[in-house]
Amino acid sequence: MHGRPRKPLKEEDESVLSAKAEKLHSLQSQFLANHQNRIYTKEALDLSAKLLEINPECYTAWNYRKLAVQHNLSESNSDSDASLFDQELKVVENALKKNFKSYGAWHHRKWVLSKGHSSIDNELRLLNDFQKADARNFHAWNYRRFVTALMKISDEDELKYTEKVIGVNFSNYSAWHNRSVLLSTLFKRKAEGFSHKEKVLQEEYKYVHSAIFTDSDDQSGWFYHLWLIDQTVKNDAPLLVSSWPSHGANITLNGNNSLHGSGLSLLNSTLSDTKTLPVILCFNQAVEGVNSSTVVVKSELLKEDLVWKPLSTNNSSTAQVWVVYLNMGNMKLQLSKTYSIEINIGHSMGILSSNGYHYGAPSQITFEVCVQTAYTEPVDGQRGKLTSWKDNDFRKIDHFEESNPAVSADHHIPTTSNWCMEAIDEEITNFQDLSDCKIRKLTLARLLIALDLLSPQHDKRKNHTEEVLKLYTELMKLDPTHSLYYKDEHSLLLLQQITSSRESLIPYCHYYKDASETNTSYVCLRLQNLSLSRMGSFENLLWVQMLDLSHNELRSIEAVTIAFKKLEKGLTVNFLTGLEAMQLLSCLNLSHNKFGSFTALGPLRLLKSLKVLNISCNELGSHSIDTRRYLCSSPLAHSEVFAWDRFEILCGSYSATKFWEAFLIFESLNLTDLNIAGNAVADENFASFIVKVLPTLKLLNDEEL
Amino acid sequence: MGDLVAEKHVQYILSVQKKKDSFESVVMEHLRMNGAYWGLTTLHLLGKLDTVDVHEVVSWIMSCQHDEGGFGGNVGHDPHILYTLSAVQVLALFNKLDVIDADKVTNYIVGLQNEDGSFSGDIWGEVDTRFSYIAICCLSLLHRLDRINVDKAVKYIISCQNMDGGFGCTPGGESHAGQIFCCVGALAIAGSLDLVDKDLLGWWLCERQVKSGGLNGRPEKLPDVCYSWWVLSSLIMIDRVHWISKEKLIKFILDCQDTDNGGISDRPDDAVDVFHTYFGVAGLSLLEYPGVKPIDPAYALPVEVVNRIFFSK
Repeated sequence: MHGRPRKPLKEEDESVLSAKAEKLHSLQSQFLANHQNRIYTKEALDLSAKLLEINPECYTAWNYRKLAVQHNLSESNSDSDASLFDQELKVVENALKKNFKSYGAWHHRKWVLSKGHSSIDNELRLLNDFQKADARNFHAWNYRRFVTALMKISDEDELKYTEKVIGVNFSNYSAWHNRSVLLSTLFKRKAEGFSHKEKVLQEEYKYVHSAIFTDSDDQSGWFYHLWLIDQTVKNDAPLLVSSWPSHGANITLNGNNSLHGSGLSLLNSTLSDTKTLPVILCFNQAVEGVNSSTVVVKSELLKEDLVWKPLSTNNSSTAQVWVVYLNMGNMKLQLSKTYSIEINIGHSMGILSSNGYHYGAPSQITFEVCVQTAYTEPVDGQRGKLTSWKDNDFRKIDHFEESNPAVSADHHIPTTSNWCMEAIDEEITNFQDLSDCKIRKLTLARLLIALDLLSPQHDKRKNHTEEVLKLYTELMKLDPTHSLYYKDEHSLLLLQQITSSRESLIPYCHYYKDASETNTSYVCLRLQNLSLSRMGSFENLLWVQMLDLSHNELRSIEAVTIAFKKLEKGLTVNFLTGLEAMQLLSCLNLSHNKFGSFTALGPLRLLKSLKVLNISCNELGSHSIDTRRYLCSSPLAHSEVFAWDRFEILCGSYSATKFWEAFLIFESLNLTDLNIAGNAVADENFASFIVKVLPTLKLLNDEEL
Repeated sequence: MGDLVAEKHVQYILSVQKKKDSFESVVMEHLRMNGAYWGLTTLHLLGKLDTVDVHEVVSWIMSCQHDEGGFGGNVGHDPHILYTLSAVQVLALFNKLDVIDADKVTNYIVGLQNEDGSFSGDIWGEVDTRFSYIAICCLSLLHRLDRINVDKAVKYIISCQNMDGGFGCTPGGESHAGQIFCCVGALAIAGSLDLVDKDLLGWWLCERQVKSGGLNGRPEKLPDVCYSWWVLSSLIMIDRVHWISKEKLIKFILDCQDTDNGGISDRPDDAVDVFHTYFGVAGLSLLEYPGVKPIDPAYALPVEVVNRIFFSK
């Protein structure tokens, strides 16, 4: 099937092939008859051996031979047992000569071995032969792992074997892979000589350089090196990375949109909905066990236990972002009085990462809440005001007020020793000679990011963001095939840079319309026209209520924090902090991007406050293939309870398969303003369908309903 | 860039279906059930499934079923999970899933799940993540996924996750595009793609694209059209397909066509076969090539077939 040249058959070859076909056909028919009639005579067995020599893929023949062995074993004495098994091993060897990738042959050998037959030397000798024939034969490597486990050969010895193999030819990804498996196991059980990871990793860095620098186009060392960086930098303990409200914040609840706010700042906010106040906790990895015992909220306001909810897009009980809604409407709040709320995280055990690590450093957040004006029900029709996103509806903000310097999420990885930074530093010097080498530039970029991660935030070491952004831009030109990979990385880093501090954020913050300095609502974060192909840094944007991401190149609103993820045997969870963390978001503009399916808007379902959504001029309905289909909780992925009954009623005469995605996304939202114009899907049928799905809608495509 | 010679491929597949005595056909007799799936799905994607006799196919499929519920690769061959999935997939294509006893097939598959959550291919106990995918895919199509222990199945798959973000046959097994497709597909159907490091795996997958524009199955190997399915569908399921050059891949697949006699080969100018014809056309489908119907990347069946199974009464 593979690697045979295409040429028309000459007549002589045709007849030869025809004869071969007939011979094989009759062999197979005879074999099937023997099998069906359970004939296990020597002649029948020989016939099956002959068949397997010609066609080792004929799996029924391997089954037959096992049945024959079982049958003949039961009738014989133990002397001939050994020769019975020997014969099976011989048949396997012959079959492997024909096709050394035959699953059936290798499994048959395992089956024989599991009966307690054959010697280590024999099997290892066979494996060495196969290694010489094809060093990448994964069947042979799998079999090797099977044999070494069965015969209890040590991981240390196997590690030496990989060195032997790599010594012959560094271009052996299979050997490097095996090395990573063995080292992981040795680290995990803190075997003698492997308890000090630093020393081992330093040696491994030197070792893998041979693979990377000898031939930089050969990928054998690339992924191993990346794994080494991950092993150096990884952080096991879950930590709190950001929160809203943040520590020291001052929240004003202002019921009727008039104007007595407390000065513009990012920490302080004015919310017009005075009934519920969200409290958002954002961790550096997915955790479970956030509840009223592990996160203690103290305030004179609170009478009852709070129920923390994980913000997971697939209804999981672990999440990177957790939220609780304080029911302010039920509390008898005095006007103009300031209430203090204290949140104690992790003072008692229970918050766990999926790898079983406990919450690292117990911490505390304190903020203040004040009600300026009592909540009043909105006058009917008042809410139907059109939200405009045009430039002249916005006014730049000059300055922020508060003195607290920390606004951005703290991703700093606490380390107990300096060797991590030294190791990364050392690697950087090795990769600095760039020429026009793709893997060197990419690795350097990753190393610089790792270095910045390891540097404490207060240590004003030179931040390498500009340098890395430049590297990604160069890589886009150097390796155009993968340019969108580098562009995504560039976008993530750019967003990190923009959201990392007060100073960097200010140019993008604007007052909306008639907001003034005293009315601190309607602050819009305007990130349009930045060529962003990917969103990120949501943990720095928990405070945002109005967001403009229009005129970019976004395809989804999924994100990742720029921190290396740890992979270990056993359950590894890797949740992404996406847009769902922005629980205060009420107005969102995603127009003029590249959203290709409704499923790409999945995270919006978790935004309780979202009222205004503009997804005009995207690619909804233009694609026959949906790349977000399985990343969005739905009936296809067995992770969503679909409101079938309501869907059927709303669908009426429309084809169900046409609109299920839109229904999935919108049926739990309470939008008042939606713009879907400029999308292939947005015809009259769809418009009338969506209006039925969204009973709270007042404006569609900028027109009042 | 040349075009897709769809009609020639249709004729090629129909001719292969009929030519049972060729050497190629005889040597693959034991996996004819897979062959039926490859050929018929391709015909469906090219809009020509009606050129085949439904009843002939269905009755042949049923003659391959054993009492335990599993299907063999051909008449007289032993049951195996591989051919059980193909049988169910072909019946789904024809909208004939009602001819089988779904519980019987389910029991066969449920019986193959091991203590650690893995699946054996048959009673002889070979374990491989391919079989995890097959079990999850097949039972999902029969609306009986809840009959196996999905949590354990997922845990086992994750235990096969490697340092490069990919997956192997068994724990510790090297990452390979075919195994990655199976694991990612299984996790997709089980709603557990959040357990995959999409950026890490996405980078490994996108680096399968070599200078010729084709995709290989793992580092330092030759490109092959079948990876246009396994790598591509994996990239699609984790939404990282924009990290490769789609245009270059389309060109590579089209260059692998035998434009005279129909059929697609593993590499340009090699001999064609049904296996690569299917993967080439399926790859073009995922790349939204005009004239090819869309295919679902997880179930490896046309989207309209999957929608029919999950979204109609």
